[in-house]
Amino acid sequence: MKFGVVQFPGSNCDFDAYHALRHVMKRPTVMLWHKDHDLQGVDCVVLPGGFAYGDYLRAGAIARFSPLMQEVQAFARAGGRVLGICNGFQVLLELGLLPGAMLRNKNLKFLCQHVHIRVEDARTDFTRAAKKGQVLRIPIAHFDGNYYAPPRALKDIERSGQVVFRYCDPGGAATAEANVNGSLAGIAGIRNKAGNVLGLMPHPERASEAILGSEDGRTIFESLILSVERRAPARRTAAAKARS
Amino acid sequence: MRVRILVSFKDSVLDPQGQTVKNALHTLGYAAVKDVRQGKVFELELEGATRKEAEALVPEIARRVLANPIIEKFDWEILKGR
Repeated sequence: MKFGVVQFPGSNCDFDAYHALRHVMKRPTVMLWHKDHDLQGVDCVVLPGGFAYGDYLRAGAIARFSPLMQEVQAFARAGGRVLGICNGFQVLLELGLLPGAMLRNKNLKFLCQHVHIRVEDARTDFTRAAKKGQVLRIPIAHFDGNYYAPPRALKDIERSGQVVFRYCDPGGAATAEANVNGSLAGIAGIRNKAGNVLGLMPHPERASEAILGSEDGRTIFESLILSVERRAPARRTAAAKARS
Repeated sequence: MRVRILVSFKDSVLDPQGQTVKNALHTLGYAAVKDVRQGKVFELELEGATRKEAEALVPEIARRVLANPIIEKFDWEILKGR
């Protein structure tokens, strides 16, 4: 399976995503420049975190018009897997590949901390390595992560089971305190109706190795690999870790 | 022609920045301030556009780029020119 990580001017988690996919998950990974038109035959496009085009106007508002994003849009409409992380999620919302929009965090603060998210659906291509109800500990780092959708759209999203991750406490309860940015219905990640596009605010690439304090983010990458290769990536055993 | 476009949150969308400004104004004793909504202002210089062309062009630009119709609304006016 081949991953492609999109680079916009202002992306700053592009190399973190590359490292997690290439060196931790050990899959071929290429960088995709926002001005190019070529997706280089990747199986999954990853839109990384950062501040594409400085987040000028609105987060993701300018990035959506870049040449490469026209290709990504066509790729997604044809069923290609697209993962948007943080700023990448915001780009997917602006692009209309996912429903809704982002507002400033409810407390008007930039939030940079570990949060817990609950897997609402373990049948998606992004969560099949997880169990329904499983709690993942993954960091967030954003100013605009307060998810919003108009009432009718929200009803549709919930009814279609498009909420994949919800903020929760360590025990898995979706409490108001755990919903740190004030997102509607505690939404941390959603998929499109077809199930091939997912956006989430937490950064799985920052939780992909034990040295980072959590490996829970790997679950999302493992799920993607599983969905394409139909087999789970080999996990490093404790013995192998001790040797290295 | 110069046009001014005002983009602000829809009434149905909470505006936490406007709320914070309102709270600050209340702290300063401006009790008459009932509500504050914060927005963005854009001024566009249009070359060779007639009023009719502007009436088609400006809303298109506002809807497509300047405002996110899911959360924002816009208003616009001609400042200079015909």
